[in-house]
Amino acid sequence: MGERLDDAPLVAEPASAGGRAKGPSRPSRAINRYFHGRRKLGVATLLGLPLSWMLVVYIGSLALLVVSALYRLHPRTQKPTHDLTTDNLLAAFKFWDSDVWDGVVFPFLRTAGVALLVTAICAAIALPVAFFVAKIAWKWSRRGLIVAMLLPLWAGYLVKGYAWRAMVSPAGGRFAAAGKGGGGFLESTIHWTPGFGRVAIVLAEVYLWLPYMIMPIYAGLDRLPPSLLDAAGDLGARPFRTFRSVILPMLKPSVAAGAIFTFSLTLGDYIVPKIVNNGTERFMFGSSIDAVLGAPNQPLAAAFTLWPLVIIILFLLSMKRAGAFESL
Amino acid sequence: MRATRAAVALLATFSIVTAACSDDDKDTTATTGAPDTTTADTGGTDTTTAGETDYLWTPNADLLAAAEGEVNIIVWAGYAEEAWVTPFEELTSCTVNVTNGETSDQMVQLMQGGEYDGVSASGDATQRLIAGDEVEEIDTAEYSSYADIFEGLKLQAWNSVGGKPMGIPHGRGANLLVFNTEAFPEAPDSWGVMFDGGAASDGAVSVYDSPIYIADAALYLMATQPELGITDPYALDQAQFDAAVALLEQQKALTSQYWALYTDQQAGLEDGTVLAGTTWQVIVNLALENGAKIDAVKPKEGATGWSDTWMLSSKAANPNCMKLWMDWIASPWANAQVAVYFGEAPSNAKACELDGMAEHCTTFHAAEDEYWSDVWYWTTATEECLDGRTGVSCVPYTEWVNAWTTLRS
Repeated sequence: MGERLDDAPLVAEPASAGGRAKGPSRPSRAINRYFHGRRKLGVATLLGLPLSWMLVVYIGSLALLVVSALYRLHPRTQKPTHDLTTDNLLAAFKFWDSDVWDGVVFPFLRTAGVALLVTAICAAIALPVAFFVAKIAWKWSRRGLIVAMLLPLWAGYLVKGYAWRAMVSPAGGRFAAAGKGGGGFLESTIHWTPGFGRVAIVLAEVYLWLPYMIMPIYAGLDRLPPSLLDAAGDLGARPFRTFRSVILPMLKPSVAAGAIFTFSLTLGDYIVPKIVNNGTERFMFGSSIDAVLGAPNQPLAAAFTLWPLVIIILFLLSMKRAGAFESL
Repeated sequence: MRATRAAVALLATFSIVTAACSDDDKDTTATTGAPDTTTADTGGTDTTTAGETDYLWTPNADLLAAAEGEVNIIVWAGYAEEAWVTPFEELTSCTVNVTNGETSDQMVQLMQGGEYDGVSASGDATQRLIAGDEVEEIDTAEYSSYADIFEGLKLQAWNSVGGKPMGIPHGRGANLLVFNTEAFPEAPDSWGVMFDGGAASDGAVSVYDSPIYIADAALYLMATQPELGITDPYALDQAQFDAAVALLEQQKALTSQYWALYTDQQAGLEDGTVLAGTTWQVIVNLALENGAKIDAVKPKEGATGWSDTWMLSSKAANPNCMKLWMDWIASPWANAQVAVYFGEAPSNAKACELDGMAEHCTTFHAAEDEYWSDVWYWTTATEECLDGRTGVSCVPYTEWVNAWTTLRS
C-alpha cells in the first residue's frame, strides 16, 4: 500500500506544476516515507491523541471524582482540604445507618427504579412504533416517519422541560389571581392533569428519551430479513407467536442498546424533573447531588456520585451480556 | 441498513451532547429563572448626569481611569436591574454581567470558583467568604458612598474583621410571612400557620429550600417552647437542633412547595396553590403586580432576615469596575432604586432624603433600630455557640446542611 501511495503522485503530477522540485522536498511525501514500514508507530500516532484525551480527560476526571470524595471539608470556609477522610464515603454508603438509608440510599434506589420504569415504558412504546415504520408502513413514507420520530430532538432540552411544565400545570386554587390558575394545556382541554410531581416526571422523561429507544429497535428490525416472518407464517405461527419466538429474540440486542440510553439518561437527569416538580420534593437523586454540591460540600457530592457510577457499570455489564454492543 | 446505522450513531452523539448541555444549562437557567445576564451597550459619557436624572454620584477618577470595561457579579434576584445598571454602564463604561444566586450557599460555591469579581453576600455567606480568604478588605477612601451608610450597619460581625471593613453594606430586610388575603380574611400574626397548621393554608404552605431555614423553625420554638432555652436561632445545641428538625418534619404535611427559584413561589402565589409561606418582599411586589391577592407581615415571634454586604473578590479580574459598582450601588440614588424594587431598607442614609423615599424608609424601618431587634440576620452557625454559651458545643452549619438533605430526600 505504501508503495502505491508513493508512486501515485508522480503519475498524477499536473503539468503546470512541472517547475516545482519533485519528490523529497515535499513534506507530505517525506512523512509518508518515514512512516512506511513503521506500522506500530503509525497506529500510535493515529490513536495517540484521542486515546490520551480519553484517558486523561475522561477517565482522569472520574478518578479525580473518587479521590475528591476522600477530601475533608473545612468546617468554617467550606472548602475541600487535602486531609483524607472516609467520612464522606460512609455518609454515602453506610446503608445500615437509618439516616444514610433515608437520605441517600433509598432516594438513589428510587431513582434507579424510575429509570427502569422509564426504560420499560419506552420499550413498550418503541417496539410497535418501530415495527410499524420498518415493516408495515409504505416504503415511500418511511423516510418521513423516521424524521418525525427524531423531530423532538430538534427542540432544546430546557424548552421541552418547560413545555411539559406548561402541559401538566394544575388548576389554581380558589384564591387564584384573576386570569391565573386556569391550569395548563391538559387541565384546560381534557380537565385532567397529573399535576406537578412524580407522574409528570415519568411522562417528561419518557418523552425526552423515547427516540433513543426507537432508533436502535428500528435499526434492528431493518436488519431482520422479511423472509423470516414469511417462514414463521408458513410454519403456522400466529402473529403473536412470531413476535415472541422470532422477532423478540433477534431484537434483544437492540432493546438493550436503547435501554443503555434511556436508563442512563434518566438516572442522571434532574433539571427537567425539577422543572415539572415545582419544588415539591427532591425526587431524583441528581437533585440531592446538586443540592449537596451547592451546600457547598463538594467532597460529599463526589461521594454521592459514586452510587450512579456503580449502578451504571453494573447496568452496562448486564446489557453487554444481552448483546447491546453488537447492535450499536 | 448503512443509513440506519448512521442514524443510530448520530443518536449516540446527540445523547452525549444533550447530557453535556444539561450540565451547562443548570448554571445559566435552572439556577436563575430570571434573565440571567444583563448587558447593555456602554454609552460613554463621563459626567455624573446622563440624560435628565441626577444620579447623585461621581465615579472615583482613579478607578475610572483604570476601569477594565466589564464586571461579573453574583447577586440576589432584583439587586441588579436595568433601571440602575444601565446608568452605571453609561457613567463608567463597565459592562455589568449579572448572575443570580438562589441561596447563600450557592453564592459561596460560585465565589470559591474565583470567576466573579464580587457578590452581594448575606451574613451567612460573608463569614464563610472571609474565613476562606475569598474576599478582600476594602479601603473606604475609595468609596464616596461609605460615609453616608447608616452607622448601625457599619463594622458589624458579618462585614468586618478586627475593626476593618470587608465590604459595603447594601441594605437589610426580614423574611416575611406571606398569605392569601382571601384565604385569610384576618391577617395572621404568627408563624404558627406554617408550623402548627389548623389554618386555611394547610397543604398550601411554601417553604424556603435552604438549610438556613432551620433557623426559622428555631425562631418559632424560641417563642413557643421557652423550656428549650433557645436564645439565638443560629446557636443551637444538639437537643435544640433536634427539636427544630422535628418541627420541620412535622411541617412537611402542611407544605406544598419548597422554593429555591423565587419565580416558583411567585407562580404559586398568583395561581392560588400557595396560600401561606416564607417570602421576600420583592416576590410579594412582583406577584401583586400580576394581581395576586396577597399581603405580607412580620409575625409577632420576629423573623429571620438579612443584612447584605457587597464584597470584592480577592481573585477579581476586574477590581476597578467592581469597586465602582460597589460605590455606585451604595450611593443615594442607586441605593434608593434597589431598595424600592426589592422591598428592603436602604443602607445609605441620604437615600431616605430623596423625593418620595421618606415613606419607603418608614415602611421598611430603615432608621429604626427597635424594629430590627427581633430580626435575626442570617449568619453561619459554628461549633462555638454564637450566643456566648460555654461548656456546650453547638451544631455547625455543615451539620445543618446534612440534616436538610435528609429532610428533603
